[in-house]
Amino acid sequence: MFGTAVIVFREVLEAAIIIGIVAAATRDVPGRSRWIVGGLLLGLIGSALVAASTRQISEFADGLGQELFNAIILGVAVLMLAWHNIWMASHGQQLAANARKVGTAIREGVSELSVLLAVVGIAVLREGSETVLFLYGIATSDQVGASALLLGGAVGVAAGVAVGYTLYKGLLRIPMRWFFSATSVLVLLLAAGMASQAAHYLIQADLIPSLITPLWDTSSVLPEKSIPGMLLHNLVGYDASPAAMQLVFYIVTLVAIWSGMKLVNQPKKLREI
Amino acid sequence: MKHFFTLILLLPLLAFAADEERVIQIKNHRFEPSELTVPAGKKIKLVVENKDATPEEFESHELNREKVIAGNSKATIFIGPLAPGNYPFFGEFNEATAKGVIIAK
Repeated sequence: MFGTAVIVFREVLEAAIIIGIVAAATRDVPGRSRWIVGGLLLGLIGSALVAASTRQISEFADGLGQELFNAIILGVAVLMLAWHNIWMASHGQQLAANARKVGTAIREGVSELSVLLAVVGIAVLREGSETVLFLYGIATSDQVGASALLLGGAVGVAAGVAVGYTLYKGLLRIPMRWFFSATSVLVLLLAAGMASQAAHYLIQADLIPSLITPLWDTSSVLPEKSIPGMLLHNLVGYDASPAAMQLVFYIVTLVAIWSGMKLVNQPKKLREI
Repeated sequence: MKHFFTLILLLPLLAFAADEERVIQIKNHRFEPSELTVPAGKKIKLVVENKDATPEEFESHELNREKVIAGNSKATIFIGPLAPGNYPFFGEFNEATAKGVIIAK
């Protein structure tokens, strides 16, 4: 039961952290809750579909389909988060200033909301499909009874959701002055971490060179499977023994999104004055 | 992230010639062989064949690898180049029995 709970927790945690951050970052976007729930549901449906077609995905591209699949959806998620952050950089202040009266922003907000839907959906899809497979594996190998499985799964889900919710609530307490900077930094790091993970999959599939492996090894000091390691992995993309190429992806993403945010923010401010 | 897609397009150029290939089977939630010696300093193509009906996740913190392998199917995992040493791995879905180690010499 305990083992089940831990593994489910790990999977749920990653999605919960992403949703917590994104939900906080879009707190003033009208109607965002419905889109988040929509993303959640689509992600769950997608999880079941992906889990059911694991073999097909896996055997695609000479046994490397899974890596390609993961790298591609991570790449899409990075693009979405980039878009989100850049959109927020140009509209965020406005939204906060007069939360309910943003006529033009609502219209533009629809594209932002569909991005939200996609980010949440992808987060749930990735983690959910692994959870489904895992639970299916245990269920069919009947080492544990169905009730222990359900209980373990439920405990894991609850614990993961609790962390995500705590993070969300914590973020909302940040004073408005710093709120946008704080959440955009979090989203930025989230995106960079995902890019690094995408690079990891591409290296595992031998599609890109690793450059140096590992660049460092801190697995004895801060193992990735420890609670702080897990949190750092999910929040800022911490990897205990990364390849140099992962760092390249990380930095390129960081710089690209940050430049995009700067670019849209400056002319905007000038116009408003 | 444009770079990501550029890299994808460049992928065929990066196809390297003949890597060392090793096969590991999963049977009854155990790895076979459970001990595998590979040359150090070389990239290894690890083919994991899951002969069980249930999915398994090949995982190794030391190798920094993690991959789900569906029941009755196989998957390819590239590892290395490795420094000489022992690299334990396990099946996350059946951790009690599915254990093994890769020895790089």
